[in-house]
Amino acid sequence: MCLAIPGKVLSIDGNTAKIDYGEGTVRNADISLVDASVGDYVIVHAGFAIQILDAKEAKETLKIFREIIEEDNA
Amino acid sequence: MFHMRDKELSKLITRNLKNMNLNIQVMHVCGTHQDTIVKFGLDSIFNECGVKIIQGPGCPVCVTTPEEIETGIKLAENGVTIATFGDMVRVPGAKKSLQAVKAGGGDIRIVYGINEAVELAEKFDREGNGKEVVFMAVGFETTAPATAAVLLRELPENFSVVSCHRYIPPALVRILGMGEIALDGIIDPGHVSVIIGAKAYEEISRQYGIPQVIAGFEPIDVMMAVWMIAKQVEEGRGEVENEYTRCVAYEGNEKALKMLDEVFEPGDAKWRGFSVIERSKMVLRKKFDDFNAEKKFEDILAEMEGMEFKEPPGCRCGEVLRGLIPPAECPLFGKACNPAHPVGPCMVSVEGACNIEYRYKND
Ligand code: SF4
Repeated sequence: MCLAIPGKVLSIDGNTAKIDYGEGTVRNADISLVDASVGDYVIVHAGFAIQILDAKEAKETLKIFREIIEEDNA
Repeated sequence: MFHMRDKELSKLITRNLKNMNLNIQVMHVCGTHQDTIVKFGLDSIFNECGVKIIQGPGCPVCVTTPEEIETGIKLAENGVTIATFGDMVRVPGAKKSLQAVKAGGGDIRIVYGINEAVELAEKFDREGNGKEVVFMAVGFETTAPATAAVLLRELPENFSVVSCHRYIPPALVRILGMGEIALDGIIDPGHVSVIIGAKAYEEISRQYGIPQVIAGFEPIDVMMAVWMIAKQVEEGRGEVENEYTRCVAYEGNEKALKMLDEVFEPGDAKWRGFSVIERSKMVLRKKFDDFNAEKKFEDILAEMEGMEFKEPPGCRCGEVLRGLIPPAECPLFGKACNPAHPVGPCMVSVEGACNIEYRYKND
């Protein structure tokens, strides 16, 4: 139930946004819990965007983890 | 969408864990974490590293009490349309489930979220059929903000809610306070944390000196979180760390938290498997009485007075939810109890430990 998946905001109309989940899946979500703009990545749970995802952080996650682990081994 | 898999890094973490010569027990409280752990076989990897990992009361449908389910059943039997998540309809109340009520002609609708329930009420309203729609709202802090946001809008008069929403931190405090199970660390649920933030757990670590790490849901997230906990144990620290920084902020989602606070107040409530946990339930504030089904249908629900609620005979969900036994230790597991014929809620819900164990290990 706490499953939430990331998607990209394509367009916004009031509280509703079109979200692109990749691989051709586009669905509407309610964005009243976040201050999202077009182009933002959000995580969506039960039809509601619950947070804006930090895309830069997401892209670097693996790199950061690797650095932490390698530093521990050094 | 984002690339989060790295086999080599996983191996590196495993090797590091092995080198630490651990013998620790870690609890998490999230069905989605359990799914990742069992699906990717992390439980056996962790075992080899001396880390035992247990799912606690992290399944909203499982911890919902038979009394709460019975509320929906009573209303449905009195002609009210019940809208709720799929898992909720198969859990028994006093005697039967919502599904059985449906088979007997009750109007039970499975919805994906609260917005669908509101749309249904609006449709009934337009048609003027006089029907009432009640949304059985289950879920932790991840799910409850949607309920709050909707209740803050203009709604049709024929719509109301039964709140079964609960707060996670009081359950963690209870588990630690009971001391039935020795824990060396807690993996905090990522998507609950998205809403409540890292700060919500700090008092717990201060009070119990226990390491906590907020984790995401990729295998690498859970592995990293376990390593971070192990590191804290090794260094004698007991603090809150955040592994899921791409989604979780220290303050959480302040907009959502504000809405939660506007709509709900904490109330004492039973959780399945536990006695009453103080301030653990999200109770609708008085100004929402018109949309609070328990107030709106007080007369119908008064019939529940004196009803007795027992757990399904033989079912050990209570102990599973407290982390005392793994599903396989229940004599009914995989025999009388399986996903096609679930005996208890931990087998009904896709987030229940029994269901997850069965799905990935028996199929
Ligand atoms: S296996 Fe079935 S009966 Fe046993 S604890 Fe799990 S849900 Fe209950």
